Amino acid sequence: MAIATLDRAAKKGVSAIQEYALISGRALGNLFQRPFYGADVITQADIIGVGSIPIVILTGFFTGGVLALQSASTLAQFGAAAVTGQLVSFSMIKELGPVLTSLMVSGRNASGMASELGSMMVTEQIDAMRALGTDPLKKLVMPRIVATVVMLFFLTIISDAIGILGGAAVSVFLLSQDSSQYFHTAYQSLRYADILQGMVKPIFFGLIISSIGCYYGMTTRGGTQGVGRSTTQAVVWSSVLIIASDFVISRFMIGIFGR
Amino acid sequence: MSQTAVITEPAQRSPDEPAVVFEDVSIGFEGKQVLRNLSFTVKQGETRILLGPAGVGKSVLLKLADGLMRPDSGRIFVFGEEVSAMPEEQLFKLRSRIGIVFQEGALFDSLTVRDNVAYRLMEEHLPHDDIEKRVIEALRFVELEHTLDKFPSQLSGGMRRRVAIARAIINRPDLLLYDSPTGGLDPITSTTIIELVIKQRDVYRTSSLLVTHRLQDAFTLVSHRFNRETNKMEPLPEGQIDPQTSFLMLDEGKLVFDGSTHDLIHSDDPFIKEYLS
Repeated sequence: MAIATLDRAAKKGVSAIQEYALISGRALGNLFQRPFYGADVITQADIIGVGSIPIVILTGFFTGGVLALQSASTLAQFGAAAVTGQLVSFSMIKELGPVLTSLMVSGRNASGMASELGSMMVTEQIDAMRALGTDPLKKLVMPRIVATVVMLFFLTIISDAIGILGGAAVSVFLLSQDSSQYFHTAYQSLRYADILQGMVKPIFFGLIISSIGCYYGMTTRGGTQGVGRSTTQAVVWSSVLIIASDFVISRFMIGIFGR
Repeated sequence: MSQTAVITEPAQRSPDEPAVVFEDVSIGFEGKQVLRNLSFTVKQGETRILLGPAGVGKSVLLKLADGLMRPDSGRIFVFGEEVSAMPEEQLFKLRSRIGIVFQEGALFDSLTVRDNVAYRLMEEHLPHDDIEKRVIEALRFVELEHTLDKFPSQLSGGMRRRVAIARAIINRPDLLLYDSPTGGLDPITSTTIIELVIKQRDVYRTSSLLVTHRLQDAFTLVSHRFNRETNKMEPLPEGQIDPQTSFLMLDEGKLVFDGSTHDLIHSDDPFIKEYLS
């Protein structure tokens, strides 16, 4: 009995991975096939990218601020409070900027994609689209993936910049540090490898957010309850995968660049 | 009901070629067999009414005919092409000859009525003026030309179903698939929808497969015709039935009846008798 249950669960898991790979692969393959739904890409870029700017700015600013606040007291114990800027910029650009921005965008947009596509699934709108001669992977999934990858890249840059500014605000106004020293250390210690690490991550995270959101949306079954389930699972799995893949990418990049 | 000019062009097809052929088709989901060894044919110009209790697999059957699902076994041909073995890209081309009306209409709720009806033509990148003309023609056919700029959420259930019919006929299809077009509607609205189905059948002779569990609608279809002069549906003379309309009946995934109205009414099958009573 237990083996049969395990067997069923394993088959279900493998089948889900296969379906996820097929949906993502076919959607990305459509990038190079006509028709290209450019207008849909722009619309999604507006919803996903522009719509996420306020939360990314808020998250970035307060993350940079709290980072400066927490690290300055520890660094002061070693007489190294002067490198607060360096610590904030390193942490924001290499880790917190990409990861926190992705988690925020995941919470906002993976859920949005799963619920929107899921609702279209249960109301047969996806079937109607196919019946009317349109490939939903081309029209609905591909634009979401492209828009998320591109916009998350820029959102991460915004988050990094705002985070460093947040750290500066705390360092200067609360901790009475020198602003030029803060920005000098923040800028001068950075290497291209650090920037590259921070810029590569949002590309992978964008792929994760959009493909997971669309996968759960496109495989929604069971009415409104199914839409709710898909939405939750999309956020949970995209968040977990972002954090897990962050570790893998970091290890890989450190292995290559040595920092 | 106003007569409109949704003009059918002469179809490029052999008159003897059946519109739809199901050959020994079976499909199941999660270990449960839904349709079992189904075989039937829909001839050109014929209307077949698919009856059966709720949850028996009628909608699945329509989706199989449109290539939206693939059977576990058996073969399905639409206009001579095997939809059960075609890649999705080729199916898109074939589907331009098929119109489908989904159970709840399945209108795109983020698009206006105009964009819903014009969807297929916009995807084909037809000239704007041509699209506008044909959208208005199709909406006039269902008497909803005044709803062009409304969203589906602003329409009643019956209106949504009529817009779905307009969307299905915009491309002048050779085959129409209706999935419970009157389901959940009040009797008056149901009659309006059935009148549209009869109009499409009698004016344009489109082959069709109509799923319903409402016997009243089924018998209205066989006992009425569309009068082009009065632009209204009217009963056929006493004792006459539409010869191009016949029945299929499903029970527990099996086809339990395939024949004419006369044979259906006079069937000795206990399930059919009980269903009709």
